[in-house]
Amino acid sequence: MLNLKVNDIDLEVEEGLTVLQACEKAGVEIPRFCYHEKLSIAGNCRMCLVEIENSPKPIASCAMPATNGMNIKTNTQKVEKARAGVMEFLLANHPLDCPVCDQGGECDLQDQSMYYGLDKSRFKENKRVVPDKNMGPLIKTQMTRCIHCTRCIRFATEIAGVPELGTIGRGEDMQITTYLEQSIQSELSGNLVDLCPVGALTSKPYVFEARPWELKKTETIDVMDAVGSNIRVDTYGWEVKRILPLINEDVNEEWISDKTRYAYDGLLNQRLDTPYIKYNNKFEKASWKEVFKIIKSRIENTSKDKICGFVGDLTNMETSYIFREFFNRIIENNNYESRSRDKFLDFSNRKNYLFNSTISGIEQADLIFLIGANPRYEATILNARIRKAYSSKRTKIFSLNDVGDLTYPYEALNGQIQTIKDLIEGKNNISQELINAQKPIVILGESLMSSKSASYVFYSIKEFLMKNNKITDDWNSFNVLSNDASTVGNYDLNIFKEDINLIVDLKKHKFDILYLVGQDNLNFEKKSEFIIYQGSHGDKGAEIADVILPGSAYTEQNGYFTNLEGRLQKAHKASYPPGEAKEDWQIINELAEFISKKRLFKDKDELESSMLNFLNLKNENLTNKKFVTPVTFVNENLNIQTKNYYFSNVIARASKTMLDCNNSKIKFESTGTNG
Amino acid sequence: MRISRFFKTIFMLDFIRGLLIAIKEIFKTKKTINYPFEKGKISSRFRGEHALRRYPNGEERCIACKLCEAVCPAQAITIESSEREDGSRKTTRYDIDMMKCIYCGLCEESCPVDAIVQGPNFEFSKETREELYYTKEKLLDNGDRWENILSANIKVNNPYR
Repeated sequence: MLNLKVNDIDLEVEEGLTVLQACEKAGVEIPRFCYHEKLSIAGNCRMCLVEIENSPKPIASCAMPATNGMNIKTNTQKVEKARAGVMEFLLANHPLDCPVCDQGGECDLQDQSMYYGLDKSRFKENKRVVPDKNMGPLIKTQMTRCIHCTRCIRFATEIAGVPELGTIGRGEDMQITTYLEQSIQSELSGNLVDLCPVGALTSKPYVFEARPWELKKTETIDVMDAVGSNIRVDTYGWEVKRILPLINEDVNEEWISDKTRYAYDGLLNQRLDTPYIKYNNKFEKASWKEVFKIIKSRIENTSKDKICGFVGDLTNMETSYIFREFFNRIIENNNYESRSRDKFLDFSNRKNYLFNSTISGIEQADLIFLIGANPRYEATILNARIRKAYSSKRTKIFSLNDVGDLTYPYEALNGQIQTIKDLIEGKNNISQELINAQKPIVILGESLMSSKSASYVFYSIKEFLMKNNKITDDWNSFNVLSNDASTVGNYDLNIFKEDINLIVDLKKHKFDILYLVGQDNLNFEKKSEFIIYQGSHGDKGAEIADVILPGSAYTEQNGYFTNLEGRLQKAHKASYPPGEAKEDWQIINELAEFISKKRLFKDKDELESSMLNFLNLKNENLTNKKFVTPVTFVNENLNIQTKNYYFSNVIARASKTMLDCNNSKIKFESTGTNG
Repeated sequence: MRISRFFKTIFMLDFIRGLLIAIKEIFKTKKTINYPFEKGKISSRFRGEHALRRYPNGEERCIACKLCEAVCPAQAITIESSEREDGSRKTTRYDIDMMKCIYCGLCEESCPVDAIVQGPNFEFSKETREELYYTKEKLLDNGDRWENILSANIKVNNPYR
């Protein structure tokens, strides 16, 4: 521990802190541009100057390690004068075009110049002009505004793992550049916009759309992947204008992926805003009463076991739960399923489908083994954690398949299930490394879980890890990487058919009525089935439907989501469903009322408490079944089935920005600035 | 006391004095104006009907910075903005509810490009409320109509800003 003084207040801080961090501990705020908690220290903006006793010059506090007996002063005249001087230099070449700048109102430079800036410029010379760079469809650049804090360069190199940004030139000629004039090849590039303290990098889809002070801010949960990033949705009226990350050190730190951030324009396109009925292969608008009437007569004229239901990938848990209740109590069967394809699931214990090491636990890992997973596209934020573990501890990373660039180096194996068998039998070197590792992490991906060898790999790896004490109370190295926001929640709510494979039956056309709630990924040929589709977007599911019930997207209703590590988080309503559309739980509740003259739940609160009650009861009565002995081994080549990252769900598919991103990754198109 | 009042009454002295004042005023220049046909002089800082100005080349000045919207104490201004085809920042909607407006002049004061101004016109009463929801077209039209006076007023007040 170090004893030091900040503004004459005695303070005790741990070792290894910088002066700036020590001042923050004392509650003294220090202005800064280049310093950022999550990035390495650059010390080039000089805004954080403080005075330290017995030192002749003011010192950049972000780069100065705190030492014992330091007497730091942050509010003296000398400090103020030094900072005002720095500010004057920063503003000398800044265009001061705040009225047309999108950063206006949330700009660090604007805020700090209100305090340290002079009211008149003494700079009479010509201001510098820098050509704008092409950074792809997400980032708009205005490089004249840049103050060279290099936060963007450090983020791209350290966290995103794509060293594509850099500086060229010196002094006044210094420029931040992408070298190749192509869009940033990272799924985290949107965070550059947040990091930029000025308006040099701004968000392209949000360009000139709104001012920060006129937006309604709602803190909620993202559904684009299973990580459940904490986000803030900014709305102007009904429209979602932008999505920003919230800080949650356990989940997403302060980053979100590009899909999370920019797929929101999909909430405006392809929306189902009124009920539809299909007559002669053409959809016609209808009223709620009409569609309910048709559904009622259909359900009453069909035998119970001929009806089945599927829940989709973006559905919140309340909807899934009431859907389940609807089948149990109104239809009186349990033909419901949340998986859209043949996927292995051992539901005997919750730990069998969770990411047990937790996302923040990845940082402690000393060995990571990926089996059939591509975390970069399946869970971008989780991949950033793996990279963080790699860059801080040089964690060894193996992958069964070669899955391309993961932003960190890893050793790719041959992709054969035989390798897993060798590993378990101790025949290859990874086996020994796994045993020697203190905190290994084994990640089973969705590609593996939907392959034929899923159960073999699942049980044998689990047994291997248990045998070697890698699954204990304080460290569980066995992880399943889910891909969709509602996967774990639906498993928790028992939305799966235990004994019969519904997907196979469906493809054999055994059912007469299909009720799809936001399920667009079913891969089957429609024959004579009557399909009810409930959802927010007109996508594959709505296309094959006979009756469409317009529902809400994730920003338009309150609802719980469980992320891949089993964390229950509540998403809040930021705007309203369009037109005639209703919240999903409400539709099912009203349909139940129409059919049976009795509502399933009185209101949302009753539904919510009933659902939470169900979850609690399930957790208490966990059937600790002894797991089955490994199934027979069949060697196969494991295929990684990567969905296209930018089109993985209905919202992203309806988004124009995502289309632009996808195209820019293909073409690497460039603008005129490279001659 | 009583006697002086008696004489004042009997000779109608107050009445005559009043009459004399009236006769005197007949020969002076008149104070009132014949309003709809004649108008009084108004200050160059008069805060009347709003107008959106243009640059001499015809380009609208407003850059959709939304400072006027933010500063408006009556929340009478509504602005929506987007990127124009040439990449410049422009409003797609600029509405002022002239009935909400309290004519305080803060919008004019906050404008960094002298786009929104309050002109000398105060005769814009209408028969319906709908006519008093001013749109961008109406405001730009006002600006074109009054530009000579508006720019002269701004010039006069420039040294004091």
